[in-house]
Amino acid sequence: MSRFFTWIRAHLVVLAGLLALAYLVLPNLVVLAFSFNKPVGKFNYEWNEFSTDAWTDPCGVADMCQSLSLSLQVAVLATVGATVLGTMVAFALARYRFRGRSATTAMIFLPMAMPEVVMAASLGTLFLNMRIPFGFTTILIAHIMFCLSFVVTAVKARVMSMDPRLEQAAQDLYATPVQTFLRVTLPLAAPGIAAGALLSFALSFDDFIITQFNSGPTTVTFPMFVWGASQRGIPVQVNVIGTAMFIAAVGLTVGGQWLGNRRKATA
Amino acid sequence: MSTLTEAAPPQAIPPDSGQPAGSAPRTRRKLTPYWLLLPGVAWLVVFFAVPMLYQGSTSLQTGSLEDGFRVTWHLATYWDALVEYKWHFVRSFGYAATATLLCLAIGYPLAYTIAFKASKRWRSVLLILVIAPFFTSFLIRTLAWKTILSDGGPVVGLLNTLHVLDVTSAIGLTSGDRVLATPLAVVCGLTYNFLPFMILPLYTSLERIDPRLHEAAGDLYARPFTTFRKVTFPISLPGVVAGTLLTFIPASGDYINAQLLGSPSEQMVGNGIQKQFLNVLDYPTAAALSFILMALILGMVTVYMRKAGTEELV
Amino acid sequence: MTEQQSPAAVGGDVRLTGIGKTYGSFTAVHPLDLTVPQGSFFALLGASGCGKTTTLRMIAGLEEPTSGTVLIGGQDVTALPPYKRPVNTVFQSYALFPHLDIFENVAFGLRRRGRKDVKKQVEDMLELVELGQYARRKPHQLSGGQQQRVAVARALINHPQVLLLDEPLGALDLKLRRQMQLELKRIQTEVGITFVHVTHDQEEAMTMADTIAVMNGGRVEQLGAPAELYENPATTFVANFLGQSNLLPADVTGGAGEDLLLSAAGARLTVPRARCATEARRVHLGVRPEKITIEHGSAEVAEGRNRLAGTVVDSSFIGVSTQYLVRTEGGQEVTVFEQNMERDARVVPGAPVVLHWNPAHSFALDAAQAIDAGTGEAAA
Repeated sequence: MSRFFTWIRAHLVVLAGLLALAYLVLPNLVVLAFSFNKPVGKFNYEWNEFSTDAWTDPCGVADMCQSLSLSLQVAVLATVGATVLGTMVAFALARYRFRGRSATTAMIFLPMAMPEVVMAASLGTLFLNMRIPFGFTTILIAHIMFCLSFVVTAVKARVMSMDPRLEQAAQDLYATPVQTFLRVTLPLAAPGIAAGALLSFALSFDDFIITQFNSGPTTVTFPMFVWGASQRGIPVQVNVIGTAMFIAAVGLTVGGQWLGNRRKATA
Repeated sequence: MSTLTEAAPPQAIPPDSGQPAGSAPRTRRKLTPYWLLLPGVAWLVVFFAVPMLYQGSTSLQTGSLEDGFRVTWHLATYWDALVEYKWHFVRSFGYAATATLLCLAIGYPLAYTIAFKASKRWRSVLLILVIAPFFTSFLIRTLAWKTILSDGGPVVGLLNTLHVLDVTSAIGLTSGDRVLATPLAVVCGLTYNFLPFMILPLYTSLERIDPRLHEAAGDLYARPFTTFRKVTFPISLPGVVAGTLLTFIPASGDYINAQLLGSPSEQMVGNGIQKQFLNVLDYPTAAALSFILMALILGMVTVYMRKAGTEELV
Repeated sequence: MTEQQSPAAVGGDVRLTGIGKTYGSFTAVHPLDLTVPQGSFFALLGASGCGKTTTLRMIAGLEEPTSGTVLIGGQDVTALPPYKRPVNTVFQSYALFPHLDIFENVAFGLRRRGRKDVKKQVEDMLELVELGQYARRKPHQLSGGQQQRVAVARALINHPQVLLLDEPLGALDLKLRRQMQLELKRIQTEVGITFVHVTHDQEEAMTMADTIAVMNGGRVEQLGAPAELYENPATTFVANFLGQSNLLPADVTGGAGEDLLLSAAGARLTVPRARCATEARRVHLGVRPEKITIEHGSAEVAEGRNRLAGTVVDSSFIGVSTQYLVRTEGGQEVTVFEQNMERDARVVPGAPVVLHWNPAHSFALDAAQAIDAGTGEAAA
């Protein structure tokens, strides 16, 4: 018995860590399990009966797949916009010293240090007062706005860690500034840009608060759909989509890592 | 003499020289950084900074949607908002602070395990497991807590058997043998939602610590817990500061957990702003509320960062 | 390589006139004039922050000089960007492109200039540096020595008029460094291109270079062949930085023919007038530790040699030689290196000894300079 307690004491940190991990993953497992439920009534909170109905007919719910497609469109466009604008800002901040640099840094930092609801309400107020109708455009504008800072942070970190001698070497080897940028700088910064873009996509796709304040009646994104459903009755298909997203994300990450490791090992 | 180590040549570039740091001076164009900044910064100015200012003016307006709003320097809006929502503010910051402390208590062991106890292979698996939930809509995951904490479910049953609910009821965190629709459920949801924001910065700061520091501390007569208290924790402080801010700020403005997992008596400021903006259409009050929220958070963050002694977070 | 039409044939003198660089109020390089003759192996030697790398980067075009001009092969390139200059650089820690394989790294310069027959040239070049089978590897899969050879190949394939080397061997371990020193020297002799080599390692500079410019505080202290700098240093910095020197404060008391008479460390010593770098009356008398013979105090010393009596304070055995620290009767400490051939068992710490050396091996420097400039102790 005392040996048992010694073992517990020695592994206390790891046990606590694993419990924390369980806390993080538990809801995903519940979502997965309940995607196979056949609930009684409108809400999918209590287990009733195993069924694959939702998986065989994921778009069987009115409006859900439209909202999914709208979310994807917004996320793709917001990612492209935020990545382009953010990468430019990141290069300026990482590579140049200029008047207004620290003010710009503060400007980039603020949206990340602001509760979403504050940004959401203020931007919504502006659109209202300017009489700009809420819809796809306003959602896109808002998403690019809050994704931008994250792209800047990711790309800037990458560019700052790049050895400036690599670009000097390119110039020394007869590459013009444009060639240097295309053949050396851009490929080297790519992982940072990709990270920023991925983060933007995830943030935009999953955003609810800012979207709720800046969307119109006809532009219902997927999170908005889930929110509405949570008041009226949640179809099991929502769990199917949630699980599919989880599996796709884990699969992509693991696959990407596996590919990376393989390339390192064989190339 | 031959062991002199060569550092990089001095690169003391004076500020405002418009010169690329360490790159060819001939490509210098004073305006280049401004052209690069222009679209992104303009976007933030127009859609972030201007709305903030605009909101300030809105909060001082009176009127209605039909007749239009006019700036009347109606400061009473602030007073009325504070009076009406004072308990919302108390709950917002109370729940957010509790969730932040819980995140730290739960997240630190996990970040520590990933950084020091896991092998290289397991490290990436664990990190993926921390990040992966991000990719499932957080609304769906939050709704899953409704199932987990449902009345008569296994979690509530267990807590009841262990008489935990008696204790939490006594201090007002739960009521009866329910967890859903109580402050405990809201704090649990907030903790869950923002836990990755705590773990990732903690992990980043812990991962940089040379494990030999632990050996050195042990060599210098520090017991494991002393090593943690005197060496590991102080070095990881930047991560703690970043993690607590990344958790506290969004948690205090959140309204989703209170809405989905709480009852009307757990509502937070976010719920108030949302209601005023989307349902009541009382924009001045919504603006005043978010202005007060923003000011309080900025104030707290400033004091906290002063105390914590780190101002470099970006 | 010689069958290629090489720009080196035009002539690759590097001429710097009045070239200087300041950053705000900090002067990295004081305006200096320097000519590196075509085909020579030239080393810029100095400690960290002495301005040697800045000088190199001004030749490469990576740094814009605050004043002066750079001429390469008679052509003024001061205003040309790096990619238009007929020079190539081997960077410190190599700066190999991590996203390109070895072949593409080496081919980079040829491709940028739109050369034909890239494949053949790159393969030949990789054969030359014995890396043919690594063409499709990424830089991080190569060892430090192999990466170094790639960096040299990547620069040389362009047939520059001048090859610039910025601490090219700094990241290698001692044994590999020795090997690469000889290798680089061989390549230089083979291709006949002007090499300008920046290093903080005085042994490396002396092994490889025909001419060394010793830099300190943004100025060239002395320029010359390695043996000349070593035997006849012009400043205390050079005396201390290049090898090791004993410097004794001395007063000039008179002259005798070709020699100057000095009094130092409580003894009368001589130094050839030709080896006295100053007119001053107060000087530092210098002598290299290995030029000094150490003998037991009872030994007879031949006439005409500089002679100091003292006591052994410390001795350390270093294999090929033994290093003694001797306190003279005048109170100065003198270091002596003695080959381990016929050691006198009586020369141990505490023993009285006599030090003597040929006056022709002495040199005298102006005493206005810091006596410890260029030693590890002086603020570098």
